Amino acid sequence: MATRSADSPTLLDARSAPPGGLAAFWSRLNIDGPLFVALILVAAFGLVVLYSAVGENMRLWTNQLVRLLVAVVAMLVMAQFSPDFLRRWTPWGYAAGVVLLVLVLITGDVGQGARRWLDLGVRFQPSEVMKLAVPMLAAWYLHDREIPPSLKSLAVLAVIIVVPTVLIARQPDLGTSLLIAAAGIIVIILAGLPIRLMLGLAVAAVPGAFVLWQFMQDYQRQRVLTLLNPDSDPLGAGYNIIQSKIAIGSGGLFGKGWTNGSQAQLEFLPERDTDFIFAVVAEELGLLGVLVLLSLYMFIVARGLFIAATAQDTYSRLLAGSVSLTFFVYVFVNTAMVTGLLPVVGIPLPLVSFGGTSMVTLLAGFGILMAIHSHRKLLPR
Amino acid sequence: MDLLAPIKDHHSERRLFIGRIVLSAFIASLLLGTVVARLVQLQVFDHEYFAERSQGNRVRIEAVPPIRGLILDRRGRVLAENYPAYQLELIPEQVADLDDTLRRLAAADLIDAADIPRLTEAAAAGLRFRPVTLNPRLEDAEIARFAVQRPRFPGVDFKPRLVRYYPHGQAVAHAVGYVGALTTEDLESVEASRYAGTSQGGQTGVEASYEFELHGYAGYRHLVTNARGRQIATDTSDVLDTLPPDQPPAPGENVYTTLDLDLQLLASRLLEGRRGAVVAMDPWNGDLLALVSAPSFDPNLFSVGMSPDEYRAMLDNPDNPLFNRAVVGIYPPGSTIKPMLALAALETGATNLTRKSICRGFFTLPNNTHRYRDWKPEGHGAVDIIDAIAESCDVYFYEIANEIGIDNMHRYLDEFGLGRKTDVDLKRESEGLVPSTAWKRERFRGRDPSEQRWYQGETVIASIGQGYMLATPLQLAVAAATMATRGERYRPRLVAAFENPLTGERRMLGSERVGRVSIDNSFYWDSIVQAMVDVLHGDRGTAREAGIDADYPMAGKSGTSQVFSVAQEEEYNEEELEERLHDHALFISFAPVDDPQIAVAVIVENGSSGSRVAAPIARAIMDEYLGYGDEKR
Repeated sequence: MATRSADSPTLLDARSAPPGGLAAFWSRLNIDGPLFVALILVAAFGLVVLYSAVGENMRLWTNQLVRLLVAVVAMLVMAQFSPDFLRRWTPWGYAAGVVLLVLVLITGDVGQGARRWLDLGVRFQPSEVMKLAVPMLAAWYLHDREIPPSLKSLAVLAVIIVVPTVLIARQPDLGTSLLIAAAGIIVIILAGLPIRLMLGLAVAAVPGAFVLWQFMQDYQRQRVLTLLNPDSDPLGAGYNIIQSKIAIGSGGLFGKGWTNGSQAQLEFLPERDTDFIFAVVAEELGLLGVLVLLSLYMFIVARGLFIAATAQDTYSRLLAGSVSLTFFVYVFVNTAMVTGLLPVVGIPLPLVSFGGTSMVTLLAGFGILMAIHSHRKLLPR
Repeated sequence: MDLLAPIKDHHSERRLFIGRIVLSAFIASLLLGTVVARLVQLQVFDHEYFAERSQGNRVRIEAVPPIRGLILDRRGRVLAENYPAYQLELIPEQVADLDDTLRRLAAADLIDAADIPRLTEAAAAGLRFRPVTLNPRLEDAEIARFAVQRPRFPGVDFKPRLVRYYPHGQAVAHAVGYVGALTTEDLESVEASRYAGTSQGGQTGVEASYEFELHGYAGYRHLVTNARGRQIATDTSDVLDTLPPDQPPAPGENVYTTLDLDLQLLASRLLEGRRGAVVAMDPWNGDLLALVSAPSFDPNLFSVGMSPDEYRAMLDNPDNPLFNRAVVGIYPPGSTIKPMLALAALETGATNLTRKSICRGFFTLPNNTHRYRDWKPEGHGAVDIIDAIAESCDVYFYEIANEIGIDNMHRYLDEFGLGRKTDVDLKRESEGLVPSTAWKRERFRGRDPSEQRWYQGETVIASIGQGYMLATPLQLAVAAATMATRGERYRPRLVAAFENPLTGERRMLGSERVGRVSIDNSFYWDSIVQAMVDVLHGDRGTAREAGIDADYPMAGKSGTSQVFSVAQEEEYNEEELEERLHDHALFISFAPVDDPQIAVAVIVENGSSGSRVAAPIARAIMDEYLGYGDEKR
């Protein structure tokens, strides 16, 4: 079973440190120290940038700080559940999520042309629940089945992934639905989906993309076309990308200084506090600031993958791997979109963009990661 | 653990999983590398390009219109200036309930309720932070009324703006002109950079003729703006320091006119309630001392903006106040041309100073029964050419008319500046008409030859300034001035100098002699000038009442020109005629006779009598100008 290999990097393993005051404190709270510190650093970085991006609006900034605290609490709570407990409750969570999604489609609140919100005393987006529920159920299903998965398993997994994906895509919320699909697919890939099959699916994706194009809304198609040639409509659909590139490029190596980004402060940059906040980082703090942020992100991903690698059962390692890699997908899709490498999809920069719901889900996911790491059973070497 | 799943091979599963983790980490690194490479491309290699584009994004160049030059009279008194007027503005983004605000403003009588739909539309159409003008012209009382109620109208305020202001409005309106909104065509014909930010330009008068000098050059300044073009209030000196410096506007030059404000005011007062014109001129340089057309209008209405009703009233006024009678109005000159014709007659030998003729009150051409009447039905008796001018005997001129001949009349009257443009520095001017045989042939080209032919009878009526003959008051003033200078004709002008408002440096315009009457015999000149003196000071002079008690000798000639023809055998009865059918009253004059300093032409439409109506006006103008004004008034 899972034993700690001698070559595992001690830097990433809190438990390899001699039991001292601090480490003991972390472990009693079931907190993974390195992950916690890195997450808090990113969140702090985010708050600093956000202060500038909301135009030094203290009300909005405090709002975000409160949400962050709520999200940290959610993370700490999640860290206390043992993976076995979570696994047992996984199917119920998933089922509840699907029910909520159906409810949203029937009775949800409409915001910005989409039906995403549900008001059950607390207003929230049920799609957020599915961001965790889908990889959890996929991992749950594979937990005591043959690895790599059989064709029958793959068919079941496909259903697990497709149902919420379609429900969310119908809201419509293409960005979230794709991310949820990605979280599920990552589980399958980590479970050992044959490389040949993956390549086959990639080839099949070409006609699939064509079919997808047929189902896309006009605004979604426009985003893809705009990516290919943003200057075709500089004041319309291409405006965001052009202004974002100007912001990033004009930032240079060291940036224009915090709260001094003219693109951001003079509102040339659209969505400066949400989806395009990465451009504010690049404009005001320069390439240097961006690299610091990306390094923190990469540390978090690496630490997550380490936790996955050292997890002790199938459910835990698949879930931990999925949470970590999904986090990477967020970072990558957002930065690639803001720098004009990918079409504009509404995906925030994790822990930095303004907005609360996704932050709670995100940190809850990392809470699970911590739970997985701290609830390992100590086995003799 | 997982004892119930014996088929699972935990070691191989873990190996497989670690392999997948490593693969994922590898792919993730590649993807992240792509993003980092992209960032390096944008932030390092293309940095300069994007830095420039971001600069261009926030810096906007705004035109700063120049301050228009002042228009001054010959002694530096202001005729046109720039005056801060207050307008009521509304900033849409600061108004919570637009409809309610407008309704309450209308209730407070600060805006016209009829304007509300238009204003609502204007407020909705523009940018939210750009002010909408609610009322372009706030009266003092309205400003006071608004000031006390201001807290009730958030987002509404009054703003000063520079408006062209004519302190002597009506009295100088036709000479100074006015500024008005530039049309799209106007803007196409001017240098765009010069006029950036300017919305008004000179439309008539000096304002139009010297638009170039008055306007100046627009400057520009750099503004740091946000994406919606709104200027940023915070300190932006760091940005502005990196830009080329702002260019301040070059103000327009102050224009010194030749006008004498006192004369201008006096002339417009004398013409009050009448239709007519007064033109006074310095005979030795063409300086126009007064140029008044009545009725006049308030030029301030054009610069500040007037309601459509006010404008329509002005256009529909049958007296046509916008029409500049002094320069564009054409009238039969009547007897005012007699001194010029007399000179021509002497020069061509058509008569001499001793020839007398017996005036019986009418004249007939040989072999024709048509009677050409004298204005005095019983006739003047025996008159020589001097009497014929002083008493304005028509018959004497009828008799010599065909001996002078129409073409000689044309030649000499042309030398006095009649029938040709004076080239005064105004945009519009009428040419008038002095007929000739060539003119008639040309005018009726293609018609029956009998219509193209010049008839003796036409020469007869031309000799008293009727028939085809037409002149503007300005032309008559030029002719009077040419009499005064004994043949030297100057181009009339309204502007003599420009002044740079910053340095006070002046630029003088030279006067321009444009012609000389080809009559060199000074005895002829002396005699005819004496005849004109007799008009005012002689026992039988037609305008002797106007010459009574003059402190200086004046020379003049009255004219009473027919608006319509009186049929044969019919008597002209003033009382019975419609006012508008009355004869026009004209008078030309200059003074002092020995040292002429001013020449004046007066026309009063339907004034009936040149000597009784027009001459006193000329006298009053001269008194004022020559310094005898106060005791007479």
